[in-house]
Amino acid sequence: MSNMLLEAKELHTYYGASHILHGIDFHIRQGEGIALMGRNGMGKTTLIKSMLGIVRPRHGRILVRGDDFTRAPTYRTVQRGIAYVPEGRGIFPNLSVRENLQMAARAGVDGQREWTFDRVMATFPRLGERINNGGWQLSGGEQQMLTIGRALMTNPDLLILDEATEGLAPLIALEIWRIVKEIRKTGIATMIVDKNHSAVTSICDRAMILVKGEVVFDGSSEQVREDPGLIQKHLGV
Amino acid sequence: MDFASFLIQTLNSLQYGLLLFLVASGLTLVFGIMGIINLAHGSFYMIGAYLAFVLASLTGNLFAAIALGIPLALLFGAFLEWALFSHLYKRDHLEQVLLTYGLILIFEEVRSLLVGDEVHGVDIPAVFSASIQLSEVLSYPVYRLVISAVCIVLAVALYFVIQRTRLGMMIRAGNHDRVMVEALGININMIYRVVFALGVALAALAGMLAAPISSVFPNMGSHVLIISFVIVVIGGIGSVWGALVAALVIGFADTFGKVLVPELSGMVVYLVMAAVLLWRPEGIFKKG
Ligand SMILES: Nc1ncnc2c1ncn2[C@@H]1O[C@H](COP(=O)(O)OP(=O)(O)O)[C@@H](O)[C@H]1O
Ligand SMILES: [Mg+2]
Repeated sequence: MSNMLLEAKELHTYYGASHILHGIDFHIRQGEGIALMGRNGMGKTTLIKSMLGIVRPRHGRILVRGDDFTRAPTYRTVQRGIAYVPEGRGIFPNLSVRENLQMAARAGVDGQREWTFDRVMATFPRLGERINNGGWQLSGGEQQMLTIGRALMTNPDLLILDEATEGLAPLIALEIWRIVKEIRKTGIATMIVDKNHSAVTSICDRAMILVKGEVVFDGSSEQVREDPGLIQKHLGV
Repeated sequence: MDFASFLIQTLNSLQYGLLLFLVASGLTLVFGIMGIINLAHGSFYMIGAYLAFVLASLTGNLFAAIALGIPLALLFGAFLEWALFSHLYKRDHLEQVLLTYGLILIFEEVRSLLVGDEVHGVDIPAVFSASIQLSEVLSYPVYRLVISAVCIVLAVALYFVIQRTRLGMMIRAGNHDRVMVEALGININMIYRVVFALGVALAALAGMLAAPISSVFPNMGSHVLIISFVIVVIGGIGSVWGALVAALVIGFADTFGKVLVPELSGMVVYLVMAAVLLWRPEGIFKKG
């Protein structure tokens, strides 16, 4: 058995007539950390949504643990051990913090239940103080902790974070990065999209850069960190 | 109005309001969560009443009829959701109205072919056929109290399911963001199917319970449908508690309206709706 978790082969995704992804190849293995980089509008979110079946690619294949999930409904794809923290967070404001966590709880692919309610509480003590509050009462940072905590309740092998620190105060963002590092240490693979290049490249071993729906770089994070030209050319504003 | 007749009207209002709640709760869930305007929802009430009539004739007992009728209604609801309604979620309201109006015609035609167009009575089960004497001339039928009690139990059960169970959390979460629910690994389509089947069963049960007091007749669902939409709008689309409060308001307004201002009896309900919407355009309770 190979340890491949999620793969995309030759993905082409459209929104109506606009061709967004131009034949993207992607793969992530067990335990790997990937920084998915690129300027705004380059197709990072679209790539994630395409692989999860939230947006349907027009061509290409999606494999989860080696099995074809190209046409699988989203819930089946993510049930194979994938947790998704979307851009804009996606908490349920009409549910309490406790309910947001409880409704997502399930065992992992191999039946593992390491991430219990109590462990999530221990990881995010601030959520404990807010446990009976409605989701709508949380600050931006607390909402982000809740979405990450909720993702962990599914005992995933792969955690996808799309712009997790967007709009957060620097100190709160730092707290999020600290927690993500802790989560990485437990062996969960992570795919991270974020504007903070130094943070993501220090957390992830691999980096991938998208420009206009094409992969222009796929290599080690070190290479990106040590090559200012690369950042200037593809990521600078 | 003396006290005994006031008491009777109050009990009647409660019973009517609670029965309407059974129909409206499913309508508001399906409208609020799946975004579907289901004109055929009143037909489920009609179908329930006819099921009660047919099954009670076969088994000789309304309870047996209800015990058989509820699972049948659940299955029927799940089947309809799978075969028709699941294809409507992404369609606009006009298409939903066309399909569900067509369903009313089909259901009534099938009813006419199978059972005919006559008015039928259904016997009140013997154990509940007594009346409670309230004054020398006035009495109140026990069966109506039973209806109210059953409805209250169901309202509490519905509250429990929606507020305290994981299914309820998923339903409420789906009301806000169905894509996110699915992205958490939950089969939202199955949840929709359960909610729809539940709505059908509740409306059918209302028809079964009402059959002995209202009798069973063609198109009996249409009036209930209109009043149920009034309740959904007053209560706030998607809000089950709004539907409960609104159903009781309508139950009282309609019952007391007929007694106090008989000239306006047909209009009272709509006047109440207009007043509530002027006060709160989104309904008493907002979606959620
Ligand atoms: N729902 C949509 N409909 C049409 N175009 C979209 C939609 N979502 C994103 N796009 C377009 O697709 C391109 C890629 O967007 P996105 O994947 O969100 O980029 P990124 O996440 O890298 O910022 C952008 O040009 C954006 O305008
Ligand atoms: Mg994005």
